[in-house]
Amino acid sequence: MNASLINFVYLIAAVLFILCFVQLSHPRTAARGNLTGALGMLLAVVATLFDQGVLGGGRQAFLLIFGGILVGGAIGAVLAQMVKMTAMPQMVALLNGFGGGASVLVAGAALHDAVNPTLPAPSLQLTVATVASGLIGGVTFWGSLVAFDKLQELLLPGKPILFKGQQLLNVLLGLAVVALGITVVAEPANQWAYWTLVGIASVLGILLTLPIGGADMPVAIALLNSYSGLAGAATGFVLNNNMLIIAGSLVGASGIILTQIMCRAMNRSLSNVLLGKIEQGAAAVAKADDVYAGKVKAADAEEIAMLLENARRVVIVPGYGMAVSQAQHSVRDLMNLLESKGITVEFAIHPVAGRMPGHINVLLAEADIAYDKLKTMEEINPSFEQTDVAIVIGANDVVNPLARTDPNSPIAGMPILDVDKARTVVIIKRSLSPGFAGIPNPLFANDNTLMFFSDGKKAITDLITAVKEAA
Amino acid sequence: MEAFVGVLTVFVLAMFVGWMVITKVPALLHTPLMSGSNAVSGITIIGAILSIASPSEFSTVLGFVAIVLATINVVGGFMVTHRMLAMFKKKRD
Repeated sequence: MNASLINFVYLIAAVLFILCFVQLSHPRTAARGNLTGALGMLLAVVATLFDQGVLGGGRQAFLLIFGGILVGGAIGAVLAQMVKMTAMPQMVALLNGFGGGASVLVAGAALHDAVNPTLPAPSLQLTVATVASGLIGGVTFWGSLVAFDKLQELLLPGKPILFKGQQLLNVLLGLAVVALGITVVAEPANQWAYWTLVGIASVLGILLTLPIGGADMPVAIALLNSYSGLAGAATGFVLNNNMLIIAGSLVGASGIILTQIMCRAMNRSLSNVLLGKIEQGAAAVAKADDVYAGKVKAADAEEIAMLLENARRVVIVPGYGMAVSQAQHSVRDLMNLLESKGITVEFAIHPVAGRMPGHINVLLAEADIAYDKLKTMEEINPSFEQTDVAIVIGANDVVNPLARTDPNSPIAGMPILDVDKARTVVIIKRSLSPGFAGIPNPLFANDNTLMFFSDGKKAITDLITAVKEAA
Repeated sequence: MEAFVGVLTVFVLAMFVGWMVITKVPALLHTPLMSGSNAVSGITIIGAILSIASPSEFSTVLGFVAIVLATINVVGGFMVTHRMLAMFKKKRD
């Protein structure tokens, strides 16, 4: 197949990738969109097999190509089938990392081939893009592995890891990257400089991800997603290949958009997230005792069941805590029970609920809860005033009214779910311990709030029993 | 230079298209969007295929490792996205 024909197939694949994202924007067409993307990928791969260079590689090249695809495909398939939906953030982090790692290697190989003395000197485009691939890819690979590890809680704790001189070290490493990059561009035969740069980028990837705390992981994963795309696009510049550039930049844009949405939903700047900082307000944070003393009302399952009996509209507000206690299936049972009594039940999903964008939606969908019941913050907030009971399970900071009322609070200005406007708020929580922001939540002490101190899953099953008995 | 402007044009326009299309994806589907776009970023697989075919053994080895990594990315990404999207159902009535 000649080069223009291959490029023509790439064009079709690029259109399919764009259609894939268009179809992903509606739950009805999303599954088809994913297949469209897979078809685009298949076309792109098959067309590449007809490249002159690949054909010239003969039997050995084809054996290696198919061998590699077989090995990678088997690993990918097993991962995809085995992974639990709660572990989806780790899975995406890992896959991001592999994409970034592949870009580093491909750019390295292209540089190696280009410095062949029988060929003209490599172009500026090739060398600069190689440096970019090595930097972005190295940061992505190791950053993703650290993110994976933190989410899985294998070796590192989920909380931010900060040490003295961290910033300075990052700056020094950044300068080293610049120096090595210039070395590669000035004299591409210095391949050691490229691999040293990759090594330093790897250290940077680790150091940049360490300070990011568990609750900020949605931002980190979205950003790494964007990097893996940009690394691919950079490799496209290395190889002068439009297919890589188009697909890579689509993913790059997607990751940037998600990063922005996540930061906005937490009202934090990207730099604050990356540096592991939580903004400290001018005024001291109120003491938990002053907020809660004598004002917190605890309730048991029977009391709450009575409330639910008389409710017409119930909104459930799930947070990551729901996933931790694996309560989503019990939540579905409670929803079905309430609906069988003619009560309207909806779910209020904060954009940063869970450990990655949209995570809670997937967990509820897995529990067989119809997606039209899952409402975004913008959709549901105006309806809390007409809500009889709001049940908060495993969420804290995203329902803290201080975000609206106290300009000095560390979460000031963060958009929250206005559950406090519901007639009664039921909070299912083990204790009064603070959320990630480390501040007390005055919602817990409100007149219309009832605390149900219990494990999430147990609380919901107790509620189900109590509602059944009350009937 | 001419070639560079050509690929740069493609890059900038693709970023714009990506931006326009992806802002329309609702929060409901952000996780499948990420895993799906992840799979698309495995497009590096075609770069890996090209490096395997290089006459240099060094590049062939790098290409082989890259092809394994990128295929994990592609196959794992599309399959897990498919698994997730199959769970999104509308209310039955």
